[in-house]
Amino acid sequence: MPKIKLPSKSPHIDMTPLVDLFSLLLTFFMLTATMKTSEPAPIDTPSSVSEKPSPDANIMTVVLAKDNRVFFNVDNGKDTILHFRTKILEEMGKRYNIVFTPAELRQFEQYGTSMGVAMNDMKAFLAAKDPKVKSALEKGIPIDSVDNQMAYWVLYTREVNPAVQALIKGDADVEYPVVKKVLDILQDKNVSRFSLVTNLRKVEVTSDKK
Amino acid sequence: MAEIIQEEKQKGGKRRPKKGSTHIDMTPMVDLMCLLITFFMLTTAFSKPKVMEIVLPDKIKKDQKIDPPKIADSRTLNIILGPDDIVYWYPGKPDASKPLQKTDFSANGIRQILLDRNLALFKKIEKFQKDVIAGKINIQPDSVRTAIKALKNDDDTGPIVLIKFYKKAKYKNLVDIIDEMSIVGIARYILTDIYPIEEVMVETALASAPKTLTPPIAKK
Repeated sequence: MPKIKLPSKSPHIDMTPLVDLFSLLLTFFMLTATMKTSEPAPIDTPSSVSEKPSPDANIMTVVLAKDNRVFFNVDNGKDTILHFRTKILEEMGKRYNIVFTPAELRQFEQYGTSMGVAMNDMKAFLAAKDPKVKSALEKGIPIDSVDNQMAYWVLYTREVNPAVQALIKGDADVEYPVVKKVLDILQDKNVSRFSLVTNLRKVEVTSDKK
Repeated sequence: MAEIIQEEKQKGGKRRPKKGSTHIDMTPMVDLMCLLITFFMLTTAFSKPKVMEIVLPDKIKKDQKIDPPKIADSRTLNIILGPDDIVYWYPGKPDASKPLQKTDFSANGIRQILLDRNLALFKKIEKFQKDVIAGKINIQPDSVRTAIKALKNDDDTGPIVLIKFYKKAKYKNLVDIIDEMSIVGIARYILTDIYPIEEVMVETALASAPKTLTPPIAKK
C-alpha cells in the first residue's frame, strides 16, 4: 500500500488575524482614551451615590489635598481655545502688581495640572524647570482672611468666564475647617451652586424592615 | 492571505534568480501592538468621576436684617459630625442637660434614624420609582428627577435636618452626610454653623465616652 503523503506544512503561523484584532483594539483604546489627569498631590475622593458625570469644560476646580493645601485649576488642565487662563493670570497679576511676560503667560496656559502657588511665588514657579523646585514652591494657595488669594482666583475666573461651574475635589481626610473656609469663599463670591467630585458607590435602601 | 505562492518555473537553460519569500515577519509588529494596547488600557480612565451638586443659600450681608425662618421644634433633627466618623444627633432644641445620642455612618446608624423619620416621603418616592420601572407611569428619564423633586417640595412631614460640624470632622463626613440625605430622600436639610453650646455638648460626650485608644503620653 502506498503511504499517504501528508502535505508538508511550513512552521509559519499566520499572524494576520492576530494583527487585525490588535489593530482594532489599539484603535479603540486610542480613540476612547481620556488620559488620567495627574494631580500635584494624591487626592482620594470620597464616594457618593450621585450618578451625575463631572463636566469637561467651563469648570474651575478647587482641590483640597490631604495636608490641607489648596490648589486651583481651570478647565482641568491645558487651556482651551478660548484662552481663559491667560486672562485670569493677567487679572491676578494686576491685583498683585506683578507683570507677566508673554512667555510666562504661555507657560501658565500650558500647565497641565492644578497649581497651589502663592502669587509672589508664581514667577519663580513658572520659570522653574526642575519638578522638584516646582513642587517645593507649591505650598498651597493662601485662603486665610489676611491674604485670601483663593477668593480672587474665584472672582477673576468668574469675571473672565461667567459660565464657569465650581467643583470641589477634596481628599476624604481633609479637615472640616479648611472645607468650611473654601465654602465660605465660594459663598462670599456668590457661588452658591457647586459640585463635589466623588466616586460612585451603590447603596440599596428599602422601606421594608428586616 | 498575504502570501503569494510562486511556482518556480524552469525554462530551458535560463535560470532566474531565486525569488525570496514574500512572507513578512509580523512578530515585531505584534509585539509593539501588544505594548501599545497595554499602555492605553492602563492609562485610560474609563470611569469618569461623578459629581454631587449642592446648593448653599446666599450669604446674608452684615447690614441686612433677615429673621431666620421659623421651623417647628418637633420636626427638626440636629446632626453634629464629630471626630473619627462619629455622628451625634438630637431632636429639637439644644439642651445641655440631655446627652447627645451617638451613632455612625453604617447602614443601621444614621441612615436608619433618618429613614424612620422620613418614612412617609421615602415610601412615596420608592413607590414612584417602582411604578416608573414597572412602566405604570410613562415618563421621560429626565423628568423623573424633576418629579421626585416635586414630591420632595410638597412634603411637609419629613424632618428638617440641620447639619453641623464639630471642628475635627473630615471632608469625607460632609460628603457622606449629604449622601445619606439623598439616599433617604430628605427634602429639607441645611449645613449650618455649630452653636457654642453644641460644641460643649460634643466635648462632654467625647470626654464621657470610654476611650478605646490611649493617647501616647508626650514627654517633655
